[in-house]
This record gives sequence, C-alpha cells and structure tokens, in this order.
Amino acid sequence: MSLRKQKRIMSRAIGLAALVLSAAAIGTTASAEDAKTQYFPLATFRVGAYASSGIPVWAGEIDYFRYINEVEGGINGIKLVWDECETNWEVEKGVECYERVKAGKNGSPVPIFLPHGDPISKALTEKSVADKIPLVTIAYGRTEAIDGRVFPYSFPVVFSFWSEASSAVNFIAEKVGGKDKLKGLKIATVYHDSPYGKETQVPLAHLAKTYGFEDIQIPVPHPGNEQSAQWAKIRQLKPDWVFLRGWGVMTPVAIKTAAKVGFPVDHIVGGIWSGSEEDVRPAGAVAKGYLAITPFPAGANFEIHQKLKKYILDKGLSDLKDPKSFGSVYYNSGVDEAIVAVEAIRTAQAHFGVRPINGEEAQWGLEHLDLSEKRLAEIGATGLQQPLKLSAKDHEGGGAGKVLQWDGEKWNVVSNGWVKSDRDLLLPLIYERAAAYAKEKGITPRDATN
Amino acid sequence: MSFFVETLVGGLLAGVMYSLVAIGFVLVFKASGVFNFAQGSMVLCAALTFVTLRDKGLDFWLAALITLSVMVVLGIAVERVVLRPLVNRPQITLFMATLGVSFMIEGVAQIAMGASVHELDLGIVDTPIEIGGVQVSQFDLAAAGTAGILVIALSIFFNKTRIGIALRAIADDPQAALSIGIRLQTLWQIVWGVAGFVSLVAGLLWGARQGVQFALTLVVLKALPVLIIGGFTSMAGAIVGGLIVGAGDSLAEIYLGSLLGGSVSTWFAYVLAVAFLLVRPAGLFGEAPIERI
Repeated sequence: MSLRKQKRIMSRAIGLAALVLSAAAIGTTASAEDAKTQYFPLATFRVGAYASSGIPVWAGEIDYFRYINEVEGGINGIKLVWDECETNWEVEKGVECYERVKAGKNGSPVPIFLPHGDPISKALTEKSVADKIPLVTIAYGRTEAIDGRVFPYSFPVVFSFWSEASSAVNFIAEKVGGKDKLKGLKIATVYHDSPYGKETQVPLAHLAKTYGFEDIQIPVPHPGNEQSAQWAKIRQLKPDWVFLRGWGVMTPVAIKTAAKVGFPVDHIVGGIWSGSEEDVRPAGAVAKGYLAITPFPAGANFEIHQKLKKYILDKGLSDLKDPKSFGSVYYNSGVDEAIVAVEAIRTAQAHFGVRPINGEEAQWGLEHLDLSEKRLAEIGATGLQQPLKLSAKDHEGGGAGKVLQWDGEKWNVVSNGWVKSDRDLLLPLIYERAAAYAKEKGITPRDATN
Repeated sequence: MSFFVETLVGGLLAGVMYSLVAIGFVLVFKASGVFNFAQGSMVLCAALTFVTLRDKGLDFWLAALITLSVMVVLGIAVERVVLRPLVNRPQITLFMATLGVSFMIEGVAQIAMGASVHELDLGIVDTPIEIGGVQVSQFDLAAAGTAGILVIALSIFFNKTRIGIALRAIADDPQAALSIGIRLQTLWQIVWGVAGFVSLVAGLLWGARQGVQFALTLVVLKALPVLIIGGFTSMAGAIVGGLIVGAGDSLAEIYLGSLLGGSVSTWFAYVLAVAFLLVRPAGLFGEAPIERI
C-alpha cells in the first residue's frame, strides 16, 4: 500500500472518529440537558370511546405545565418535559405504557405516574411499590389507599369515592334542612356495574345506618346505553333522591331515561364522573336542573385561568383544540392535577435540593404536601382547588366537593362552598379495609411518624 | 301487575332499537354471506356526519341527504376496495376484513370530525304518555314505528323488486346467479349502499337517545344475540329477536338481578342466544343450510 493511500485511509479514519465523537458529545449534552429537566409521562386516551372526556383533561394539564415553563421558568428553574402514551383507557395498554416509561427519559426520572383510569390504577398498585413511583389518582382509584402506611405509593388525592358519596349525602342533608332530616328518606344509587361503581356501596350502607335513610342500590351494566329497566325500578321504588355514579354514555342516557319516567332531574346528584359538560350536553334540554358533585368546579374566572389565557391561550401555546372547553370541568381537572404534581415536586425540591426529583423523593414530597389557602392564593387557584394537607396516614387530604347545577348552557355552583365529607366517620372503616388488605397481601404497614 | 306490564313494554320498545342495528347486519349477510363487523362503526359514522353537518348550520333534510350520500359512497367503497378483491375467500377472511374496516372507519371519522360528544335533537318529543295505565315513551314508540316501516320497505325490496329477487338468488347460489347473467358486483354495491341507509336511520335514533359519541359503536354488542335468536337472514327475525332480547333483558334485570345482587343484562341476552342456538341453530326465522354430502 502506498504512503499516500495509507495517509488517505488514516485521515478518513480520523475524520470518522471525530464525527462519532462529536455526535456522542452532542448526545451527551442532550442527555445532560434532559437530565436537568423534570419528566412527566402522560398516559392519555385521545382515541376510542372515552376520548371526548380525556382530550380536555390533557389540555388543562399541558397548559399548566407550559405556563410553569414559560412564565415561571420551570419549577425553581427545572423545566418540565412530558410525552404521551395512548392507553385507549384499556388496562393492558395502560400497564404497557407504565412499563415503557417507568425508567424515565434520557436520564430524567419519573417522579409521578398519572394513570388516568380507575382500572389501570388498580392494576398498577403493586408495581408502583416495587418501582417506587407514586401513582396520583385524583378522584379515582382505590379508596383504602388513603392509608399510606399500607399503600405507600398510591395517592387518591383530593376526593376519594367514599368522600364523594359522603359529600353527596351531606349536600342532600343541606337541601332537606339538616342531617337529622335524612331519617326516613330514600336515596337510590344508580351505579355503573363495575369495581368503580361498587366502590361507594360500603360507605353508603354505613351512612344509611348512621343517619337512618334507606340505601337503594341499582346497577347499570356497561356501557349503560339502555336503562329502561333500572328507571322503571326507580319509578316503582319512588326514591327521594338519586345519586348517579356513571361513566361515559351511561350519564346522558340516565338523565334522558329519568325524564322519560318522570323523575325530577333536580333530584339527581351526579358523581364526579357524571358531572362534566360532556355528560349533560348530549342529554339536551331535559338535563336542565341536573346536579353533580365535583372536586373540579367549572369556570374560567379563577385567577389561574386569567394567567393561562394571557400567557398560553392568547399566545397560541394551548393544547386545547376547542376553545369552548376552556374552564370546563375536565379542563379544570387537568389543571388541578398539574397543580398537585407541580407542588409535590416543589415540596420535594425544598427537602432534597433543586434538581429533577425521582419517584421515591416525590413520594416524600406528596406526603408533605401542604396546599394551604395562602399557597392556593399565590397560585391563583382559590376556589378551584380545595386546601389539602397530606401525610403518610392520609393520602387524600381534602375530601370535599362543590355541587354544580346545569342551567342548559353551563354549570353553576349551587352548594355553599366546598361540601365536606364525614371523613372522621369513614376513616376508621378505611383503615380497617387497608389493614385487611395488608393482612391478605402480607404487607407490614409503615411507621407513619417518619 | 302494571309494573310488570310497564317493564315488559319498556323492554320490548328497547329491543326494537337493537333490531334497527341488527337489520343492517341481516341485509349484508342475506345478500352476500358476509358478517359485517363494521356495522357499528357505520352507525357511528352516519350519526357523526349528520350531527357535524347540522353543527355547521345545514338544514335537517340537506344534512340527512348529504349524510345518506356519504354512507352510500362508503358502503360502495367498502365493497369495491375491500370485499371485491376477497371474493371466493373463506368467510373468516371476509369477516376479518370487515373488522379492519370497522377500525378504519372509526379512526378516519375521529380524524375528520373530532371526538367530541354531540347532542342530536330529531324533534321527537320524549315525554312519557299513559296508555291503559302504562307509561310509554313517545320517542320509543316513534323508533318502533320507524323500524316497522323500514322492515316493510326492505321486505318489499327483497321480495317484490327485480333487484331484491336477484339479491336473493345471489345469496342462495352465487355461481348459479352469475350463470344466468346477474351482475354480482353491481348488486353487492347496491346492498352495501342500502346498508349505509339503514346505518343512517339507526345512527340518528341511537344518537338522539344517547348523544353522538364513540360509544355508539357498542350498540352492536346487543345486536349479536338479536341476530342469533332471530336468524341471520331474516328481517322479521331481527325484529322478533330484538323484542325477545329487549323484553328478556328488562324482566331479568328487575326480577333476576335483585336475586343475584347485580346487573344481569350484560350476559342475559347471550344466555338466551346460547339457549336458542342449542334448540334452533339457524335462529327462529333463519334458513338452515342444507348441503349434499
């Protein structure tokens, strides 16, 4: 081989090595940059039967994350990054999504996983403990996970299904003139016949025994697009109030069928997942007067909405495709969820240092989260989010909802502020169930004093 | 007693709604032997197209006409692009093809028209009326009347028109029909077009009842036992099957559900269907296949 040829080969090899090294350097820089960000994987369902419910939720969540990045420069300078994986609201896809993202992204750890689906959250309960990634399930998920001694990585923050049932009963009490007037009333729960739907049977039986009302339970099979038998039964039993715990198409069909049998719609109190614009609009005019209890009051006049409008929507940065959904129940639920996640990271950063937080540290952050009236006012979420303080013994923290009434066009708050649940009455039962779960699974409860 | 009658009548009327979807299946199966799994998606597509046009301010009848055109074109396209190349393939291949078509229709509909939930008001009053002390829904009565008219019209089409008779001939023996000059492909296109029209009627009535949303595709879940009971090749069977499923579901929910402590109507219709399969495999009005061996 000639010298010239050798030189040429050598120079090419050097050039190639330089190219590889520079590419690696760029990759390392990108990884290092990513490692300085806080990663939030979002399990979304933008297609399929429940897409209409999900799309505004991610819009609220992503808009708030963008607001934190654009206006506040991230959480104490740590910018948020996120990506989505589609679950179609199906358990197997939700679990697959979790497995895919749990290791984080380019060195940025997963602090919190938001399953967005009651069955998915239940399927991930044990995996999240093994992986030390907290599941935040606002207004869904396993109620006994309130007991963080047994469920260290499950957080049914804000408003569990048991609190939902209790707040609904307390609202009815408000309407009839006090809890003593509940005695002798008939309250029928028309529920989605699934683990989610059955979740309120125990607390309602307990509350019925305590306050003396008759507790009637009427199941509706999935998906709930035909309910003539259930409402014929309502007509026969003549309850004073109906507590409607639906999901998806079940709610508008229930409202329409109630009207068909002549049951007054203003005596139906919808549960959390029966209380959005998507639930009442398809029912048309007969939905006027329908009530619903929610931890996500609708409205776009909260201070945070003004900020979101100014810095995100008006600048064309919003994820919202339909501007009518700005301030809707589902949009606001996304904002609420993002506030809880961001504040938990902020709390963890105050303890562990300003850097991307991992799952174990985020669990600490969640268990020390204190969303006081003052902090909510600073965020601009007064009235939108209820004050809450979490601990290892209490992964819920709030336990109150506002009651909305549909006027044919929009929701209006009709309760006197937040309607509190009887948490003192129900917590012993919740701890009992958590202890039974611990016994069944051979779990030794954590010491709650840490 | 009046409660029993009311439950029964409510169930019968609900069953007619299932029949409306089942008729679409019967139509295609009767003429081409294809079990069209995409029927539910066609129902959704029809309702979504109609309501999207209405939301854009189009007049009711103009929106209905455009939607009908869309559905007929869709039906013809499915036949031409998907099923025609698969002629003479096993039944399971055709079935799987319609399964694919179903997902395609849903996906394209969502991309084109979005995933929002829409109200659909057909102007039919939905307040209950009392007939002989029994409360009956006016909307359900209107739906039952529509189903009745549809069945009569389709029965006349199949039994009295040249096209209908040709379609029956194709269903009986495609090769014999071809040998006497019946144009198979043209007639299949017609039948898929008519299936599009039936989807529009079912989509409008179901959409008015529950709102237009993607869950509309789930109405086919109850149409399957209706078909098994009534028979896959009979319009009248679809109606009778619907009535049996509706009444059975309703009564079982009230009288059996409370005994078993849960909802029974998810599976009761299928138990009924299995019982019919054991006794009468071709369904009440279906044609039992006879093969020379």
